[in-house]
Amino acid sequence: MNSNLSLILRALLAIFIGSAGVIGIFYALNILVEKLLPERTRVKVLPWIYVGPAVLLLSAYLVLPTIRTFYLSFFGNSSEEFVGLKNYIFVLTAPDTLITFRNNLLWLVLVTGISVSLGLVIAVLIDRVKYESIAKSLIFLPMAISFVGASVIWRFIYAYRPAEAEQIGVLNAIVTGLGFEPVGWLVNPAINNFALIAIMIWLQTGFCMVLLSSAVKGVPNDVLEAARVDGANEIQIFRRIIVPMIMPTVLVVSTTVVVLVLKVFDIVFVMTGGNLGTDVIASRMIREMFNFRNYGRGSAIAVILLIAVIPVMVANIRRFRQQEQNR
Amino acid sequence: MFFFLQWPLRVAQPAKKLALGLCIALPLYSCSQPSSETPESATETTGSASGGTVTVLGVIVGEQQAKLEAAFAPFEEETGIEVRYEGTDAFTTLLPVRVDSGDAPDIAMFPQPGLMRSLAEEGALVPVTEVLTRSELEAYYPDSWIELSTVNEQIYGIWYRSAVKSLVWYNPKEFAKAGYETPETWDELIALSDQIVADGSNPWCLGLESGNASGWPGTDWVEDIVLHTAGPEFYDQWVQHEVPFNAPEIQTAFEYFGEIAKTPDYLYGGKAGALSIPWGDSITGLFTATPECYMQKQGNFISNFFPADVVIGEDVDFFPTPVINPEYENALLVAGDIFSILNDTPEARKLMAYLATPTPHEVWAAQGGLLSANKQVDLSVYPDELSRKQAELLTTAEVVQFDASDAMPGAVGTGTFWSGMMDFVAGASTEDVTDKIEFYWPEENTEDSTEAPK
Repeated sequence: MNSNLSLILRALLAIFIGSAGVIGIFYALNILVEKLLPERTRVKVLPWIYVGPAVLLLSAYLVLPTIRTFYLSFFGNSSEEFVGLKNYIFVLTAPDTLITFRNNLLWLVLVTGISVSLGLVIAVLIDRVKYESIAKSLIFLPMAISFVGASVIWRFIYAYRPAEAEQIGVLNAIVTGLGFEPVGWLVNPAINNFALIAIMIWLQTGFCMVLLSSAVKGVPNDVLEAARVDGANEIQIFRRIIVPMIMPTVLVVSTTVVVLVLKVFDIVFVMTGGNLGTDVIASRMIREMFNFRNYGRGSAIAVILLIAVIPVMVANIRRFRQQEQNR
Repeated sequence: MFFFLQWPLRVAQPAKKLALGLCIALPLYSCSQPSSETPESATETTGSASGGTVTVLGVIVGEQQAKLEAAFAPFEEETGIEVRYEGTDAFTTLLPVRVDSGDAPDIAMFPQPGLMRSLAEEGALVPVTEVLTRSELEAYYPDSWIELSTVNEQIYGIWYRSAVKSLVWYNPKEFAKAGYETPETWDELIALSDQIVADGSNPWCLGLESGNASGWPGTDWVEDIVLHTAGPEFYDQWVQHEVPFNAPEIQTAFEYFGEIAKTPDYLYGGKAGALSIPWGDSITGLFTATPECYMQKQGNFISNFFPADVVIGEDVDFFPTPVINPEYENALLVAGDIFSILNDTPEARKLMAYLATPTPHEVWAAQGGLLSANKQVDLSVYPDELSRKQAELLTTAEVVQFDASDAMPGAVGTGTFWSGMMDFVAGASTEDVTDKIEFYWPEENTEDSTEAPK
């Protein structure tokens, strides 16, 4: 009890000293620079004083680990002997990692495609609904659930019991209620990937809808009315006016979903453990690295994942720069 | 990390307090060391009765955790050392992460000597011989068990909870009602299974689902069959990878298992049932009003999953895995949890010495759910006839072999062997499955195992 209290006090003190300290450091350094340095060098040094801590933090937590991962990917399982490209060759030829590449591609196309287009359709339709905010909240709600939480919910939805037993899964209860045999949603290799992808779509559609909905609302009314006066029907307006005008938002939303999907791990790990052809790159990486204790292969998979994300990031940054220029 | 220490010291040397504040505010490992020292010294001065703490990480959770903590209690009373036990479902994932991040527990309770072995080779473990001499250990454990905890001539662990896996469970009442007799040979087992199918039921319950470890009950089947068809010497060669995983003997064992898992109507719920039913739930099929199945092959620990109203000895009994090759009639497949020291503290040493004595074994054994390989444990402490029968099996079997998947390198033992059993039951061929497992066998370990016998 006493030690708990002192722990809390200590934590509060740490937060206070920490936040005040950070402000203090910036303040003190600022004064030092202004007092000690001549005018000319001051202008050059001052920006670095402010950017410095952020740069140091980023390099320690992002840049250094990235470089180290890249370095480790050329070494053996305990990072002792240099093996050249062996890890990459193994990862790019092993049957299980090839399956993860196939699955990630499937996830990429289906989750991004369906959740963005579904989000767009809902965003446009919901604009004309009376109880817009309620409908929106309902669709947005899954977004607030963690991936692991969602997976636990969906485990119940997909639960399988033999035909003779009472079904505890919603889907199989419906299927058997209609007189069919129960389906092993997560163990049938023909459908288990789609069962997992459906969870991600359920989680992400709300996110896409909210962003796209605000973009749709941003389409000026006079443009829409002008189109209507010119005799365009609603479908034409959607295709020829709304979609082109909100394209920047669509792209931003899509790239966000793409990056998220490339990193997907929790859903697969909780639902199937990557068995029966459902493994994805990120869960394979964790398994190679920490379960099989092969740092080389784990790092090689991490590097491949990083390389896969880079084009998306570059596209994002380019787009951002363009927008900045347009302003 | 050295960046951070240098930056505040160099640039803001006069403002030491501010640098300290930054250290506390940012979750830096290098800065956190001084602050972690303070609570320890604080407890030393305040708590005069306590003799320190020892942290233990293990796989035991839930109901079993209370029994384990009860087994620690006599030690805590005697020494005043507090045992902080933390149980996790994801031990094989969590422990390596904690070791790598410098947050290792003092003692780990490994469910698999495979992971213990690789950590020992990395030098992350402290040999037990620092605490007890070899002859002291021999007074407690049979040689074969000590051998199992030896890595590069060093003994690294104390065996605790042991398991017998060569058991087939059945419901004697239902067997009597239907007029079935327990089979002694594999042919009799298949004949009985066919008989049950002919009578309109499913002979077997099989549940392979086990979260991240899904598939392991299938590996027990194959291992037991390998031991019973090819014998203990071949089994050793297989575990050490002196023969490839796709050797004909192993493929034969898969075919035997396929006779059970792939014959239509043998499994309750069929293929999808076996792949989806959690392994602990599948045993309940023996006890339903009309039995969902008549037999289930599983280790002694399945008794933790019996429904509450099951009377042990009346509603449930077991027979050993039927004889396939008469030469290996009494072979027994076993498994066990093993304690190893990660942080060499005096408290950890004391706890290890205590764990080798019969006391912690007997405390849990008396409550049920624990079998021990410790020779000094009194058989009369076991609460029921079945446990005593199993404990006797453990000590009297002529051939004892450790669970192969637990002893194989992680990439196979906790990876492709498990997932391979899922693929096999889902329909993949024996060849495809064994070829793939062989492909994934780590090369480094092949070198190690060829060096080891020297």
